[in-house]
Amino acid sequence: MNHRIVILGAGTGGTLTANRLHRHYGDAAEIVVVDRDDRHVYLPGLLFVPFGLEEPERIVRSRRKQLHRAIGFRLAEVDRVETAGNAVRLADGSSIEYDVLVIATGASLLPEETEGLTGAGWGEKVFTFYTLEGATALRDALRSFDHGRLVVNTVDMPIKCPVAPLEFCFLADWYLRERGVRDEVQITYVTSLDGAFTKATCNRELSGLLVGKNIEVVTEFNTGQVDGEGCKLISFDEREVDFDLAVVVPLHGGAEFVSRSPGLGDDLNFVETDPHTLRSKVAPSVFAIGDAANLPTSKAGSAAHFQGETLTENVRRFLAGEELEASYDGHVNCFIESGFRKALLIDFNYEVEPVPGRYPMAHVGPLPLLKESRLNHLGKLAFQPLYWHVLLPGRDIPGIGAQMSTAGKQLTAMQQGDE
Amino acid sequence: MSTVIYAGRPVEVDAEGFLQQPEQWTEQMAGEIGRANDIDALTERHWQVINFMRKTYLGTGSAPSIRTLGKVSGVPIKELYQLFPKGPAKLAAKIAGIPKPRGCI
Repeated sequence: MNHRIVILGAGTGGTLTANRLHRHYGDAAEIVVVDRDDRHVYLPGLLFVPFGLEEPERIVRSRRKQLHRAIGFRLAEVDRVETAGNAVRLADGSSIEYDVLVIATGASLLPEETEGLTGAGWGEKVFTFYTLEGATALRDALRSFDHGRLVVNTVDMPIKCPVAPLEFCFLADWYLRERGVRDEVQITYVTSLDGAFTKATCNRELSGLLVGKNIEVVTEFNTGQVDGEGCKLISFDEREVDFDLAVVVPLHGGAEFVSRSPGLGDDLNFVETDPHTLRSKVAPSVFAIGDAANLPTSKAGSAAHFQGETLTENVRRFLAGEELEASYDGHVNCFIESGFRKALLIDFNYEVEPVPGRYPMAHVGPLPLLKESRLNHLGKLAFQPLYWHVLLPGRDIPGIGAQMSTAGKQLTAMQQGDE
Repeated sequence: MSTVIYAGRPVEVDAEGFLQQPEQWTEQMAGEIGRANDIDALTERHWQVINFMRKTYLGTGSAPSIRTLGKVSGVPIKELYQLFPKGPAKLAAKIAGIPKPRGCI
């Protein structure tokens, strides 16, 4: 009898998992992918839209067309997962039974969770660039912005691509300088964390970047309210930051159906997932990948890519009645665009923080880690075609291993000043 | 990891002073940890949060986030910041004698 594998979500994780599983099973498994729409947005491209460096229509493709022809694609809203009956209940009342379920529904923005954020000024002087619509509207607002206070605010963690708000600051610095108005604009990065970066080594190695670009940082600011009329952010402990233009990254949460599926998710609806096997902590036939999972690593496409290998292998093992392998190590890497056609690259996992070194080959590189370079910028630009043609089809990128390597890395940088 | 004396009893704490074994905690310790962190006296509202933290941790194995506290504990987020200044989820966890909440990345 054929296995039926149901995958919820056709973003990065869902698509590459479906394609990998299809390549393994061929006709021996029926694979069904469910998503609510057919628009797959290349999310890293959103960062460039506000600065006119990327066209909105160039980063959207059909979800269905990224899946192998033999994979079923169903447009539907999910109501809940009934883990006891191995079935997904859809909003139209129908159900799909599964032998294995993969939850890949990503992270959604919850701007309504912050008082006033979607109220007065939303779409006029308060924006987010985390959606295509938001990034496009912000582009139009930035074009005529030539003086005042530009405030970039991360409301809470976790967020998708935690370095993106900082990259936004770096690119804004470049963009305003190119337009000759940088001296008229004050750029402030306001974060709920106690440092600009989420990683201690990055804070030590990279704080000079912010100083050099004259970007002010306000830390431990937990935004309780956005006052669009008074043009200020107000924290829960009643501190205020004034703005003329605010770019806010709202609170993130998992998919709503998770809250209607008892025991599956945490208090933000991210799926409670074993960090090494990627299996649900409560349901043996349920797995999660990418942003949808509550893994203690960054929410990033590279993480989903590296998880793909472990997930596919563990789905195979589960269906064959074998023991799962605990092989995902938390590996993530990210290019950090720093403006003026330069970028940094960081590479880390659950245990090892980003440190200096070379990537992907020890000592040889060619990409330097934790250091600005033009080559890293070119790497970031080169990534979009790789995304559509290598990563989503579920192929491995030559020379890029799923497990993090420490070869050629200066691990001593991690110990300096560690608590 | 080190051992300190709270309310006359030795307890194991991490580098930031979070208890590692919640069962070593006593109610008397809460006041002492609070005072060491600039909270002079624990009110009924403080206790509502502390009890909620312990109940959640002992029931689920992880400390509730600030969002959950605001929604479920009966104390709104703004008031949490007044009761436990700076980082309510962290400070309340410390006073409630449970390990430091897992940081978000």
